[in-house]
Amino acid sequence: MPEPVETPTPPQWAAGGVGQSPIRPDAESKVNGSFDYASDLAFEGMLWGHTLRSPHPKARIRSIDTAAARALPGVVAVLTAADVPGKLHYGLIEADQPVLAPGEVNYQGEAVAIVAAETLDLARRAAELVAVDYEVLEPLCDASKAVEAGEFFRYQPVRVGDPDTAEAAVVVAREYEVGMQDQAPLGPESGVAVPADGGLVLHVATQWLHSDLEQIAPCLGLEPERIHMAMAGIGGAFGAREDLSVQIHMAMLALRTGRPVKMMYDRAESFLGHVHRHPARMRYEHGADAEGRLVYVKAHIVLDGGAYASTSEAVVGNAASLAVGPYKVEHVGVDAWGARTNNPPCGAMRGFGGVQTCFAYESQMDALADALGLDPLEIRRRNSLAQGDQLITGQVVEAFDPAKAEDGRPFSPLRDLLGRFDDIPVPAVPAGRDIVELPGGTGNTTHGEGVRRGVGYGVGLKNICYSEGFDDYSTARVRLELVDGEPVAYVHTAAAEVGQGHWNLQQQIARTELGVERVVLLPNDTKVGSAGSSSASRQSYMTGGAVKAACEAVRELWADRDLADGPVEATRVFRHRATKPMDPVTGQGESHVQLALCVHRATVDVDVELGLVKVVDLTCVQDVGKILNPVALEGQIHGGSAQGLGLAVMEEIVTDEGRVKNASFTDYLIPTILDMPPMRLRIVENADPDAPYGLRGAGEPPTLSSTPAIVAAIRDATGLPLTRVPVRPEHLTVGRPS
Amino acid sequence: MRVTMHVDGAETAAEIDRPGESLLSTLRDRLGLTGSKNACEQGECGSCTVLLDGAPVCACLVATAQCEGREVKTVVGAVPRPVRDAFVQCGAVQCGFCTPGLLVSVADLLDREPDPTDPEIREALAGNLCRCTGYEKIIDAVHTAAAALAGEPR
Ligand code: FES
Ligand code: FES
Repeated sequence: MPEPVETPTPPQWAAGGVGQSPIRPDAESKVNGSFDYASDLAFEGMLWGHTLRSPHPKARIRSIDTAAARALPGVVAVLTAADVPGKLHYGLIEADQPVLAPGEVNYQGEAVAIVAAETLDLARRAAELVAVDYEVLEPLCDASKAVEAGEFFRYQPVRVGDPDTAEAAVVVAREYEVGMQDQAPLGPESGVAVPADGGLVLHVATQWLHSDLEQIAPCLGLEPERIHMAMAGIGGAFGAREDLSVQIHMAMLALRTGRPVKMMYDRAESFLGHVHRHPARMRYEHGADAEGRLVYVKAHIVLDGGAYASTSEAVVGNAASLAVGPYKVEHVGVDAWGARTNNPPCGAMRGFGGVQTCFAYESQMDALADALGLDPLEIRRRNSLAQGDQLITGQVVEAFDPAKAEDGRPFSPLRDLLGRFDDIPVPAVPAGRDIVELPGGTGNTTHGEGVRRGVGYGVGLKNICYSEGFDDYSTARVRLELVDGEPVAYVHTAAAEVGQGHWNLQQQIARTELGVERVVLLPNDTKVGSAGSSSASRQSYMTGGAVKAACEAVRELWADRDLADGPVEATRVFRHRATKPMDPVTGQGESHVQLALCVHRATVDVDVELGLVKVVDLTCVQDVGKILNPVALEGQIHGGSAQGLGLAVMEEIVTDEGRVKNASFTDYLIPTILDMPPMRLRIVENADPDAPYGLRGAGEPPTLSSTPAIVAAIRDATGLPLTRVPVRPEHLTVGRPS
Repeated sequence: MRVTMHVDGAETAAEIDRPGESLLSTLRDRLGLTGSKNACEQGECGSCTVLLDGAPVCACLVATAQCEGREVKTVVGAVPRPVRDAFVQCGAVQCGFCTPGLLVSVADLLDREPDPTDPEIREALAGNLCRCTGYEKIIDAVHTAAAALAGEPR
């Protein structure tokens, strides 16, 4: 038997342990085509389900006639709101979304009826035969008007000092707009419901198994114990799998037919079948003294939550508490709303309320720098929060290693990151460029005439884990046993591997903590306690923390026991420190668990005649506290930056009076390999003493800062104000002679 | 209608009832060969890329009825081991949904151009969307695969 491992401080990394980049356990099956995504599942005797959705953003349903659909040979069930066995509504925070529209629809794409048939084709045809008599009503699509009419999910102000009388030498006031972005994970929403012993097994690709179960069971009128949730392979998430999609519908069809039922959305339905990033309209006013130090910030932020609540409430909290970014300011007046409209429902997407305001406050910092003739890095340096300073919510910036104090001044994590750019040169304009490297690329639209270069910076501040008093926890069960004389660790959690590499991290932690080589991950399901969601950049912290704690407990047990006498096992629930709700009037309160910073510098070439943009370089400096897996971390920064680039110059769900105009990859463009520039990364480790291994959540911050950096670079190249993202060619050519 | 194809080296017959049925649908739903993925079924994402008689195509845009007697290679049959290994080692796989299609496109690229430059890689893979990786590590993987293949007898 190997010697029990002493608690190593600092930990000694086992081979393939924390800090290394072992091969991910799901890599081989993903490259040989055998990894089963939810859309790949098939069962004996399986039926296909399909959803009929409302074509109208708002309408009353006078009647639904399903006779013709039911009469189609091969159709096994057609269900409407009248067939929902339990509660009629579900939702992540507030149960306000109907399982099937009960008499009115409130957005285009709302589910009205579901069909199960022998083939997907038949199910689709049957859905077309369902006759719904709608009385079409006028939709409410303007978020500001909705707020005026009192239609909002949450209003959250922040008040500090006296923003209305504070005097400033320079004032910049602008309005900003952020379009509706889609997560667009490549794997479509899909799952299979399989009847079993008076209950169900649900094979789903979700970010949070236990939250799904809590919402599904009441609607089915089943005890949660009778539903077994089994994680299916997830083809990306980015927030899109936080809300339910196929889950209750396929379960209803399986219960009704007694047969396994599969549902899978095509891309068009996917665009209608999940929530999006909240579009935003924001009015900002920044006042600064003659040296560029912020005196006051006023912000009026309207996020469009669409028809149902989803996570709007939490998104508004983030937007309000992070509304001025990582800058010190004495007088603050922020008002943030999440409007209820007849637009597509909006909820979680990577960055979660932090993305929208980041675009606005970073644009404002640049505008101030311009007004004062200051360098964009310098104005940020002068306003950087340091250790002991307060966010606008009164939350004190945590303590850092005292050795890091700068010449008697308290350490500022942001100044630290900004300083790293000194050694990273802006890329030079190469002589004799290949045409594909110019804006327009292979479209052969220019040979360099009319092309201007620009450079810009963006800083993002993101809260990690759930905020505002939410009792957030994760659970891990770890068993250590001898297999062929060798100790093997079995790790069981419900944490979703959405692509980020969390399975790999669990193995790394078990290797490090137990000193064993072989770590077997048991399938993610609801036979173990909740892991919480794979969102809010929280899984390394939370489930990483739970696995670490369970391993520590196993290690202690192992110290007094010979594994030859039997396995040792421990289950641990991990909680982060408690947070507080924001005060409803002042917004004050230690609402966040952890804060993370990321800075981007973008270099762009813009063809100012055609309005085409080519991002030629993205350099990212991010503080991750502690690097747990270098390769996976870089992948998160690259991917997060790409989604920020998408929002900056291409991605937007376009709606017209509540109707989605571009629900396809033909019309909703996400960055291709030609759009993404090479990236340079500098990863900084300012450890958080409260977090496992000192880590800071890393998945979201790059998605915040890349967007404003790219837009700042386009402003630098064009001299245009550019207050809306995505920036489109027509925004760059206005006022130019054609 | 019965269509016989050579899929990943095996003679495979499929009975299809719709003339417009796509090769992707036949592979996935009739033959249970789910290695090729379905992210858009409109020829926009490249997740379904296969080699048809040696040429890369989006299987979602090809009618199975046109595949009688032809050779189809998916991620299972089209991709040399070193290409797969390079994706694994370089961290080019996150959720992996784009991976099978990308691997087929990369195999095709390296077959035509054993030592591609970055611009050549970008051009060749422009039809394969990846939402997770930002493509950096995919480019690394292509270079790594090219080097590994160069060291092998071809
Ligand atoms: S599924 Fe064929 S190109 Fe997207
Ligand atoms: S790895 Fe997820 S889409 Fe490419």
